[in-house]
Amino acid sequence: MTLMRKITYREAVREALKEALERDERVFLMGEDVGRYGGAYACSKGLLQEFGEQRIRDTPLSESGFVGAGIGAALGGMRPVIEIMTVNFSLLALDQIVNNAATLRHMSGGQLSVPIVIRMATGAGRQLAAQHSHSLECWFAHIPGIKVLAPATVADARGMLWTAILDPDPVVIFEHATLYNEEGEVGAEGDLGVDIECAAVRRAGRDATIITYGGSLKKSLAATEQLASDGIDCEVIDLRALRPLDDKAIMASVVKTHRAVIVDEGWRSGSLSAEISARIMEQALYDLDAPVARVCSAEVPIPYPRHLEIAATPQPEAIVGAVRGVMRK
Amino acid sequence: MIEFRMPSLGADMEAATLVEWVKKPGDRLKRGDVIAVVETQKGAIEIEVFNDGVLDEILTNIGEKVPVGRAIATIRGMDEALGPALRAAVPVAAPEKIAPVTAPPEEAARPPPETRVVQAQITPAARRRAQELGVDLAAVKPGLGGVVGLDQVEAARPVTKERPGILFDEMRNAIAAAMARSHREIPHYYVASTIDVSRLMDWLEAENSRRSVPARLICAVPLMRAAALALKETPELNGHYEEGRFEPAGRVNMGVAVAMRGGGLIAPAILEAEILDMDELMERLRDLVARVRGGRLRSSELSQGTVTFSNLGEETADSVLPLIYPPQVAIIGCGQIAERPWADHGAVVVRRTLTVSVAGDHRVSDGRRAAQFLTHFQQLLHNPEKL
Repeated sequence: MTLMRKITYREAVREALKEALERDERVFLMGEDVGRYGGAYACSKGLLQEFGEQRIRDTPLSESGFVGAGIGAALGGMRPVIEIMTVNFSLLALDQIVNNAATLRHMSGGQLSVPIVIRMATGAGRQLAAQHSHSLECWFAHIPGIKVLAPATVADARGMLWTAILDPDPVVIFEHATLYNEEGEVGAEGDLGVDIECAAVRRAGRDATIITYGGSLKKSLAATEQLASDGIDCEVIDLRALRPLDDKAIMASVVKTHRAVIVDEGWRSGSLSAEISARIMEQALYDLDAPVARVCSAEVPIPYPRHLEIAATPQPEAIVGAVRGVMRK
Repeated sequence: MIEFRMPSLGADMEAATLVEWVKKPGDRLKRGDVIAVVETQKGAIEIEVFNDGVLDEILTNIGEKVPVGRAIATIRGMDEALGPALRAAVPVAAPEKIAPVTAPPEEAARPPPETRVVQAQITPAARRRAQELGVDLAAVKPGLGGVVGLDQVEAARPVTKERPGILFDEMRNAIAAAMARSHREIPHYYVASTIDVSRLMDWLEAENSRRSVPARLICAVPLMRAAALALKETPELNGHYEEGRFEPAGRVNMGVAVAMRGGGLIAPAILEAEILDMDELMERLRDLVARVRGGRLRSSELSQGTVTFSNLGEETADSVLPLIYPPQVAIIGCGQIAERPWADHGAVVVRRTLTVSVAGDHRVSDGRRAAQFLTHFQQLLHNPEKL
């Protein structure tokens, strides 16, 4: 049996970064405040002292600039890990990500690889208001040519980075800002890398499937506790990879339970939840015993006041309600 | 416009699930063409059309469970106007709006296929489950919000699930009783003869090539015709033996052993077969087989047989030694017609031959009578044009 230990999500990210820097000298870290400040979410604390300025590089406030530089480094054979403070700021780098990172392999007929990893925080829940709280993963998941990951557990935060670095193509990793202080178990030693393709069943159940990812996983699991006390046994699918989606895992569960609730902190309109719902219609309509239900954020910029932020984002109570809805109970 | 209905493929068959449409709207259909494949309790069965025409409209989707007798497609005669499905401009969903204006009277009389749609909201999973369980959705009480879901279907599931093949079990029991009695009571003798039927087959092929498809004869027809005529000359093979006494029958009510596709066997009679010409025999036979498979036989057909004709010609059996069906006193068994080596004027030639066996009740007749029957039967078949 593997020896396990408990660490926080933040520690897991830092360990993963440290491990990558140790394992491969082509790996370097770049982003706003990643060096002296230790990262906006303190994920790179201490790494500057350990690895030096060559490999832990503070950048000016120019997402387009440093993401572009990272893409250039990746083309040049390096393995850059870029940190963008929050997904809202990544919009400044969308041109680099969408027009360059995602396209160059295809536009060069396979001659060029862009093995870049871009990490960023996403999501609401920390009262950082509308310009720091959105969940725009779906925009990236729309783009062919990149992989999009959403580690929702400490083990995935610890294990996905190295696998992403090994990937020859751009990988974007979304870390939900409310997860950094979460504790979870990881292996004590050895290779802690995990796959970055498959969804995971975080809770097995027979009555309804909750499909979620990232910061909504813990809320979904909390909802299942309440539902279980009412005799409703939910299965929870953690997507883990938002592009490509693991259709097989989704359908396997929906075919079993006949009911699907998608919990997505993105806005409902044109969201990942919409995409997943459509795929369920395409692939499992005749197995459904209820219309697919969605729990998404209210269609407003995420508000600053605590009570409104809570009201605007998916909460366990709403998930419970949606599951009851598909159960018609 | 003809409605093509889900045929009954066995007495216990109540419904079948559409597995495949072999034909599509617009396809020309010949009588006997396989139009679709259905799944029954006895496995997948190809269903054939009984009319010539053009497949007009498919009324049943793949995967749908359809009760026997429900129209599953419409077939249009060659000269009929296009039906709704082939009128490209007409939306299929709204045939009832258009029918009164343009449809011929018989089509207007046909209820639009969608009239059976149940008003309650039924989930896709519930619909499928209901099909699996044979639950009539129209009779299921909706749950919360007027929705029929899996729970409601499961609740409406018949308490004692129908045991598949009950009727077949009963039929098997009936066959067992009759054949055990036959074997126990009737001292059978057997006489068999192999007959060169090349001329018959040549004649039949020529005859059929002249005939329209629905009027064509199957080769059992001349065999039955010859048997019926020959039996008139050998009355000891035709009648009933009851209470120690043989009662010859004036008529030849020829029982025809019809295998049911799902298993089981039944031998209803074609009454007064000796006065029917081959066209009439064909028609009666077709009708009988259809009704055997539809489970709509008449009691007279089941009780008044005076002799039985058992044809294994569609199988690979060379010959058959059947048991007499009491209280009858004889049964005629035909094996497969096939090319076999045949001695003809000192040379071995290839001929199409048939081995005919007669089982007789030795209490009533002797083998010699059966041999006379076979001689007569053979002579008749050698001159098929005179049959």
